[in-house]
Amino acid sequence: MSKNWWKITASVFVLYTVVAGLLLKVPTLPILHESIRNLYFHVPMWFAMIVIYTVAVVNSIRYLKTNNEKYDLIAVESVNTGLLFGFVGLVSGMIWANFTWGSPWPNDPKLNSAAIATLMYLAYTVLRSSLDEEQKRAKISAIYNIFAFPVMVVLLFVLPRLTDSLHPGNGGNPGFGAYDLDSNMRLVFYPAVLGWIGIAVWIMNIRFRIRKLENIKNQI
Amino acid sequence: MKKIVLFIITLISSITVFAQDNGVDMADKLRSSGKIYVVVAVMLLLFTAFILYLFSIDRRLKKIEKEN
Repeated sequence: MSKNWWKITASVFVLYTVVAGLLLKVPTLPILHESIRNLYFHVPMWFAMIVIYTVAVVNSIRYLKTNNEKYDLIAVESVNTGLLFGFVGLVSGMIWANFTWGSPWPNDPKLNSAAIATLMYLAYTVLRSSLDEEQKRAKISAIYNIFAFPVMVVLLFVLPRLTDSLHPGNGGNPGFGAYDLDSNMRLVFYPAVLGWIGIAVWIMNIRFRIRKLENIKNQI
Repeated sequence: MKKIVLFIITLISSITVFAQDNGVDMADKLRSSGKIYVVVAVMLLLFTAFILYLFSIDRRLKKIEKEN
């Protein structure tokens, strides 16, 4: 049980954000109204995605250093899990945007960047499936992954800040922290981020272990 | 002691700041009728089921790993 402490902590955090995220006071803001509570559920998806892509790139580097297949498997499953969170983040953002910005895809630079970043990681899975030889596949996809990561960071955090964006913290818009991420919201937001990062790592861990078993089976 | 009292006073005053009515529609009716708790209960059930499901997958996987 002691090995599972982080899984339990992440679960408790996520369950806590369901209750506190719906019941605690939030700032009353025009346009956003109660939908400001989406911050507790939509934004943690992106935090989880970025952390899991970081895990992927670290393991790709480790693979190139050691040639240990294990790190390649962790990298693949991290990208797969990151894609899941990226898609959920995109769709949840589209629902939110539909009601606050008037359209599900208001050509916001951050939306377009996030879509491109997700496509870039989809290309990683396509690249993998197009190569048959295991070592070649592992090496080439690890190098691709190392290049994809900084591009993803630039797409999500640099380019949207250079132009006008509807997202807080971009294009002259103050970040959430500046005016409405008050201490009450922080009480829910930070546990939500930590909880969802934990859940993402957990899903990745399960997928990695399944893949490892499949791998052993395939080699026999 | 003074510090603690001051801290509590600022904490309470920060709560009352939100009580002001600035004409923005919030789901106050849902809250006053108590039906928001229905939503909380449903979401809590869904998320608990999701997490228990993850734990059960984890357990099954552990069993298979031991066999190998």
